[in-house]
Amino acid sequence: MPFACVYVPEFSVQALVRHSNVCDLGEKSVAVLAGTPPVVAVIAVNEKARLAGIEPGMTKVQAEACPEVVLLSRSPAQEESAHAALLDCGQAFSPQVESTRADTILVDLHGLEQLFGPVQNIARELSRRAADVGLDANVAVAANPDAAMHAAHGFPGVTVIPPGKEAERLGSLPIDVLAVSEEMFETFDRWGVRDLRGLAALPALALSERLGQEGLRLQAMAMGKTSRTLVPAQSQLHFEESMELEDAVDLLEPLAFILSRLLEQLCARLSARALSTNELRLRLTLEVNEDVQVKQHSAFSTQHSVVNGEVFPRSRGTGTEERCREIHERTIRLPVPMRDSKVFLKLLQLDLQSSPPAWPVKKISLTAESAPARATQSGLFVSASPQPEKLELTLARIRNVVQGLGKNSHREKKKLTDFNVAERVGSPVLVDTHKPDSFLMRHFTALSERSRPQVAVPHVANALRMFRPALAVKVELQNGVPARLLLDGSRAFSDVVAIAGPWRSSGEWWSEYAWSREEWDIAVRQKTDVMFWRVYRDVNRGEWFVEGSYD
Amino acid sequence: MVSRSGFAIPISRAEIVRAQVEANLAKKIPSALTVRERPKIELFSTGIGEVDAAIARETGAESGGLPRGALSEICGPASSGRTSILLSLLAQVSGQSHPEFCAVVDASDAFHPASAEKAGVELSRLLWVRCGSSSGLRAAALSALEKALKVTDLLLQSGGFGLVVVDLGDLSPQIARRVPLTSWFRFSRTVENTPTALVVLEEEPYAKTCASLVLQVKAAQARWANLFSPEFFAAAGSSNCAAPTHTNLLRGLDIHVEVARARKQPQSVVSFGRKATSAASSAFETQMPWAG
Repeated sequence: MPFACVYVPEFSVQALVRHSNVCDLGEKSVAVLAGTPPVVAVIAVNEKARLAGIEPGMTKVQAEACPEVVLLSRSPAQEESAHAALLDCGQAFSPQVESTRADTILVDLHGLEQLFGPVQNIARELSRRAADVGLDANVAVAANPDAAMHAAHGFPGVTVIPPGKEAERLGSLPIDVLAVSEEMFETFDRWGVRDLRGLAALPALALSERLGQEGLRLQAMAMGKTSRTLVPAQSQLHFEESMELEDAVDLLEPLAFILSRLLEQLCARLSARALSTNELRLRLTLEVNEDVQVKQHSAFSTQHSVVNGEVFPRSRGTGTEERCREIHERTIRLPVPMRDSKVFLKLLQLDLQSSPPAWPVKKISLTAESAPARATQSGLFVSASPQPEKLELTLARIRNVVQGLGKNSHREKKKLTDFNVAERVGSPVLVDTHKPDSFLMRHFTALSERSRPQVAVPHVANALRMFRPALAVKVELQNGVPARLLLDGSRAFSDVVAIAGPWRSSGEWWSEYAWSREEWDIAVRQKTDVMFWRVYRDVNRGEWFVEGSYD
Repeated sequence: MVSRSGFAIPISRAEIVRAQVEANLAKKIPSALTVRERPKIELFSTGIGEVDAAIARETGAESGGLPRGALSEICGPASSGRTSILLSLLAQVSGQSHPEFCAVVDASDAFHPASAEKAGVELSRLLWVRCGSSSGLRAAALSALEKALKVTDLLLQSGGFGLVVVDLGDLSPQIARRVPLTSWFRFSRTVENTPTALVVLEEEPYAKTCASLVLQVKAAQARWANLFSPEFFAAAGSSNCAAPTHTNLLRGLDIHVEVARARKQPQSVVSFGRKATSAASSAFETQMPWAG
């Protein structure tokens, strides 16, 4: 029964360097620091840093003596993301995956040969999957979990140990791969036992007399003869990638670079589980810069902060903020599950352009809600429709174009929000009410099914063109009937040529949105043309409005 | 050349020369001397038989409608009935047996969803982009026009829509005329060879030669009805014999449409010269929802 072990050397470093495309950290010497000041020490280094003379255990001051080494603080959040990514790699092949340590997973490969081919192929594929999520891992396959784990810890790259050859292959590994205690390591060192071959060659009885059962267990491990049952990790479909930044980012462009890398990792993880996402949540932890100059903007009640020459509108807060950090959250809901990092990036960029964070960004966290991948099959007789990914991007761009409502938008928006119709882009849905011009805007998707059976309209229906907001008008009455109209801004009255009405209606008298009106259909002569309007009198306010024109 | 029966078929020298010239030019200009047949233009019926018939008369085709892959204009003053024609077209495209997605780019936020639903438009297949408002301010109108053009560009580039409508109906001609001809040319080039029909609703035709079809809607006449005859009120002793306004009813509009421009359907026989014919026109009635 073969087992595979995936081990990520210098896990703390790799967890931070996963997003190296952004900062080119992969090419540099990196050391990871941990601890509470003033006791801050190096806990992990990469190969380049090791060659530069940095060792784990050195203090921060000692490490700083080497100028070419990049010192980074340990990030538990990024380590958690990296471990979750590692688990996703294993669970892409088998449900039996053990989360042995943060940097190590064990995968039960029993029966997988029929699906994925020989174990060599599976080991190579595991290595490739790990590389896809930004981890440079050692992969080893052996007949038992411990042998596989020791081989992965000891041999770089991909190692496959044939059954029965465990002792022979593991023999060359140093004794410290067994994770023995310091005391026992010294004992073996005194005996001159420095590799597993030496430990395996010791007489079992004598070893038992001197080191007890622990000695025998270590010898069995050195010979690759132990056997144990895997403890499978709970399969959690939680996809989150986060990154803490050393220096806060205050421009959208560098933020987009970081988002791009995070999204690539997220999509690689989703791909490993054959899943997509229909909801993407971006959580930005913001850091207030004490030097930020806050000025009052004349046109808006909200304030604007000037950061590095760019003006970010602030949603709330006055003067200097008490809190050091704020959270800026954005959610992108997709009508269909997707897994395209470029589309996600563009959507996030457009969203952040329309609602940028108020302060420089210190930490980025991206969460994807998993959903089964979309399976579509187009037919010969199916009408063409917009591609969902392209359509989402187009809608986001359109929203960005039409977002600004103009100078008189405040009053207009207030008026429109009665029925939550402030959304400017979407598919209209009629509301079940008698109040005229009541509708909601729904997110437009290219997957909408026909909502009702198509009924042929026997005649050409007359259309009404709305004036939004309704045009205020002065009305001259004759015997209680409108005779002449004067539109706001016009100089001359218009004569009413023909008229029908009034048609009275009212509603919501039980709420603060009570309405009551008298509608008239009128023909008005304007210069030489005759226009057909729907005019109404707001009974509650006693004012007249032109609601629309029949056209 | 040999026929199936084995007899040799004589080939004229001209054909041989033509074949040789085409063979020599094949790398530079494929089929240089072959007249390429233009594919037949696909049409969307407007849903109004009279209008379709007028277009068919003008184009010389068997059936009429608004062409796919081309820019069409529906022009007319306010209250002329142009929006009724548009809603009928939208109902045809979104609600036919193979329904397609439609988009309305509304420069003055004038679209009335309830009217559209009454006309048979499938609202779930309609993307409505509200670019502006009917505030009447010149700056706001210019901003709305600019937004509408940008949105139209994005929608046409995105593709997949059967019908894209740009509603400039409430913009004054002074403002709408500011759209450069290059924009219309770009739009018409973008929709060319695509299954999308681009329709612009406006007061006057602005796209000039970029439009394949221009429907000019004339000022409409209203049909008023009264529940009672004048004699009824005379008999009732009313002093001025005028019917009370609440007994009146606006039943609909009588609409007159003229096909001001229509690109001819490709025909196998190419005729030279242009016949001087009057523009095809038609008239139809619309009906208010309450007119039964």
